[in-house]
Amino acid sequence: MTATNPQELLKSREYHGIQKLEGPLLFIDNVHNVGYQELVELRDGSGRERLGMILETSRGSAVVQVFEGTTGLDLAHTSVRFRGEPLRLPVTKSMLGRVFDGLGRPTDGGPAPVAEERWDVNGLPINPTSRVYPRKFIETGISAIDGMNTLVRGQKLPIFSGAGLPHDRVTAQVVRQAKIVGEDVSFAIVFAAMGVKHDVARFFIDNFRNTGVLENVVLFLSLADAPSVERLQTPRTALTIAEYLAFRENMHVLVVLTDMTNYCEALREISTARSEIPSRKSYPGYMYSDLASLYERAGMVENATGSITQMEILTMPSDDISHPIPDLTGYITEGQIVLDRELHQKGIYPPILTLRSLSRLMKDGIGKGMTRDDHAHTASQLFAALARVKDVRALASVIGEEELSTLDHQYLQFGDAFERTFLSQREDEDRSIEETLDIGWKCLSILPKEELHRVTDEEIAKHYVKSS
Amino acid sequence: MEVIGKVSRVVGPVVHAREVTRAQMLELVEVGEQRLIGEIVRLSGDEISIQVYEDTTGLAPGENIYGSGLPLSVELGPGLIGSIYDGVQRPLELIKKQCGEFIPKGVKVPALPRDKKWKFTPSVKAGDSVTAGQILGTVPETDRLEHRVLVPPGVSGKVVKIAPAGAYTIEEEIAVVETASGKKPLRLAQPWPVRQARPNKQRLPFDAPLLTGQRVIDTLFPIAKGGTVAVPGGFGTGKTVVEHQVAKWSDADVVVYIGCGERGNEMTDVLKEFPHLIDPRSNRPLMERTILIANTSNMPVAAREASIYTGITLAEYYRDQGYHVAIMADSTSRWAEALRELSGRKEEMPAEEGFPAYLPTRLAEFYERAGLVETLCGRTGSISIVGAVSPPGGDFSEPVTQHTKRFIRAFWALDQDLANSRHYPAISWLDSYSDYVDDVGNWWKENGDPEWPALRTEIHDLLRREERLQQTVKLMGPEVLPDSQKLVLDTAKLFKNTFLQQSAYDAIDQYSTAKKQVKMLRIIVTYNRLAAEAIHKGVTIQTLRALPVLEEISRMKFSVSNEDVAKFDALQGRLEKAMEEVARGAQ
Repeated sequence: MTATNPQELLKSREYHGIQKLEGPLLFIDNVHNVGYQELVELRDGSGRERLGMILETSRGSAVVQVFEGTTGLDLAHTSVRFRGEPLRLPVTKSMLGRVFDGLGRPTDGGPAPVAEERWDVNGLPINPTSRVYPRKFIETGISAIDGMNTLVRGQKLPIFSGAGLPHDRVTAQVVRQAKIVGEDVSFAIVFAAMGVKHDVARFFIDNFRNTGVLENVVLFLSLADAPSVERLQTPRTALTIAEYLAFRENMHVLVVLTDMTNYCEALREISTARSEIPSRKSYPGYMYSDLASLYERAGMVENATGSITQMEILTMPSDDISHPIPDLTGYITEGQIVLDRELHQKGIYPPILTLRSLSRLMKDGIGKGMTRDDHAHTASQLFAALARVKDVRALASVIGEEELSTLDHQYLQFGDAFERTFLSQREDEDRSIEETLDIGWKCLSILPKEELHRVTDEEIAKHYVKSS
Repeated sequence: MEVIGKVSRVVGPVVHAREVTRAQMLELVEVGEQRLIGEIVRLSGDEISIQVYEDTTGLAPGENIYGSGLPLSVELGPGLIGSIYDGVQRPLELIKKQCGEFIPKGVKVPALPRDKKWKFTPSVKAGDSVTAGQILGTVPETDRLEHRVLVPPGVSGKVVKIAPAGAYTIEEEIAVVETASGKKPLRLAQPWPVRQARPNKQRLPFDAPLLTGQRVIDTLFPIAKGGTVAVPGGFGTGKTVVEHQVAKWSDADVVVYIGCGERGNEMTDVLKEFPHLIDPRSNRPLMERTILIANTSNMPVAAREASIYTGITLAEYYRDQGYHVAIMADSTSRWAEALRELSGRKEEMPAEEGFPAYLPTRLAEFYERAGLVETLCGRTGSISIVGAVSPPGGDFSEPVTQHTKRFIRAFWALDQDLANSRHYPAISWLDSYSDYVDDVGNWWKENGDPEWPALRTEIHDLLRREERLQQTVKLMGPEVLPDSQKLVLDTAKLFKNTFLQQSAYDAIDQYSTAKKQVKMLRIIVTYNRLAAEAIHKGVTIQTLRALPVLEEISRMKFSVSNEDVAKFDALQGRLEKAMEEVARGAQ
């Protein structure tokens, strides 16, 4: 029984030789009884050190997932030590401005941060009764987001994109421009890259540097050439420091996780290597719970004035929104911003597909005193009109534009104006919410007043722009 | 608790143990020195498998298993209402007080407050004979709800002692019953195993609707008190808002809201909002009839599996007291996925999409605990279940939706296109159905409109005709249609915008009484009937569209509140008059 053995003694015990290697997994027998999800230190014949985690433990044997991959390990010369505790991250404010690998080890040449506390990277679930419901509007300066899919502080709002779409540019613009109107508080950005290319990471770092915020960023880079298993820990380490900064140092933290698709691929890789029973598209059945254990680490709590807002980027395999990765994500996050290939090909930036995008927390973050009185109704009216535009365009492609009624023509005009003036904006264009809503009204004013069912008469009187 | 075995293997939330001396199926155990709560799910020789309701990180083989000798149970008694529990009935407020913002492992807190004194009034006296389920006395649990203290199932005999009226804690003895097997002391609280349905005298046929105040539900796809309904929809279609609306505005006496594997912020929303919302029927805060069970998606998966059973057992307890209870289960798919995950970890043979072969059995067991019953104490009580389903990719052909459909009788299908155009509630009038229309028809005839079934059928049929016409419109445009068919499109649009769409956030529109619903329905049907006649007499659709009364109708849901439905009669009058004038003008 473990209780009779001093933990320290067991920690220093080293085992030589292992029984089996399979993909990223290592099987070892004849060890003491080790704890589930405990951290494992490995050394190969040449003395190189690696880290791993216990995935399964039974009497005297264990299955270890090796974060840095098993390349170069052999059965006879590998030595193993069990640390008796899960992976912990030293947490301190001095990590701001630093670069780490996926396991939280510095890779910028600087010394390891000195911290008083080391936190378990798996975190603990937030008690729902101690959450503070998010309702503070974050102005991103992007009309399609502010006006129609408003982001609020403490929300988790992913970007559903596809390969070749400008999700990085959109995210970078949000990071640059995001602010709370009339508030000046300490903020931080935690950036975790999982399996993305070096140039993507470079793009973000340059962006942070150019806007002078690099000092407020903690970077965790586990890039495309790093072992895939490391990606499974990357978001966990990132969210651990985010929790520290938000709930201990009371900072407002924006966490950017990119690309969640790579994370899920790594999850599938491990699951397959363990020959688990697969669910849809061979992803493991617990992927929903696993993703939730990351996404739910956003929000605000009582007794702390900080917050964690999450933006996850994921590329939908073959642009398919019903693929398990976007699908399960959408079930957990509080909405989604969907990028569209067709809009992108039309040359529209940002190519946000407004009808398919959603912000669940929008209703409580907008309106009088927060954005503008008419915001909810105006957004709803824009959505309704866009839905009609979609139908009219479908009809026009069948019967030809000439055959359309006058009203339908007006809808087509509205649709074009919306894409040209409301949706489109420059990458450095930072629109205020008033500007955004005014442009929205200008577009709506193409339609006759009688068509505007979702706004009140007073709103029409105040904002409807009479055609000259 | 005594040691009954030792951990031999840990696979996530499933723990195997060996050298087991004494164990029973579904027994509650504590695992390891952290004392994690678990339940025995398999016995084989001296080996057992346990599903653990807390995170097993750090648990090692060789650690002890402590047996309780009892199945996983909930504590039933005054104090449940207004509480928020996790999946195994641990009060989250209390955990917060003890441990702060995060939920640590191995925390032990009592489900019901131990020191609170309740005002008990006996309704039996010494010498009376009582049977199981009979009411011993009452406790005012909240200002609106009288808690009826019941003789536990399995106990009957002569009352040898009953406490006088006064204040008691749930642990104090309030009665002693002389049973065949000896004297049995009774308290305000009693335990009950969650996986076992509580008994009742008999099931009754449905007779009344569970009014939700949501027009598309009550009028087109009603659910009876004691009925079961599934709400399937892809993400973003508004399942949770529908569940919230029903929890807020339904005419149930008690609402049990199970947040099963969903978002933490959504539970917070309910928690922060319900205490401030006033129930229109009792004028009391909604929290005074609500029990919340929150096992959010990041809380342990085994407790998610248990949360559904915990919820329905609490519901049965209030049903047995003679109340109408409504359960919101959001989402049953997450529960099914928990079953799948645990099944996989137990290395069971999978059926469709990795779900265990017993998924339909479990679903049936759950939904069959709903119903309208005569309770053991001779009162009428019911449990209605509104179960959200989250089909992957919004595809209703997946196993959970398909199996659920076998055990429910109403189906509120949420539609992605409606949600995209922000038509809420996005309940599709083409894919949804309700088998309860005949059951509740009489109620509506007596309390709504004597013509209710006919009006409802007429408008439903109109929607179907419109859908067919839309096929033509998609190919040739609406201009080619004759005026009589354009009217079908017009009325359907009017009905969708005015009646089916309902704002969850507008103070007047969020909830409609039965009276308001039937009056609105009648006005729209009347318009359709009279307009059809007028067109027949030669009035053009343009003339009809220009009628000012139409504008009034399209705004009536916002302009007329539940309190002054008489205004609808005036509107009905103006409509009939306007149509009469139009028809006269044509002749």
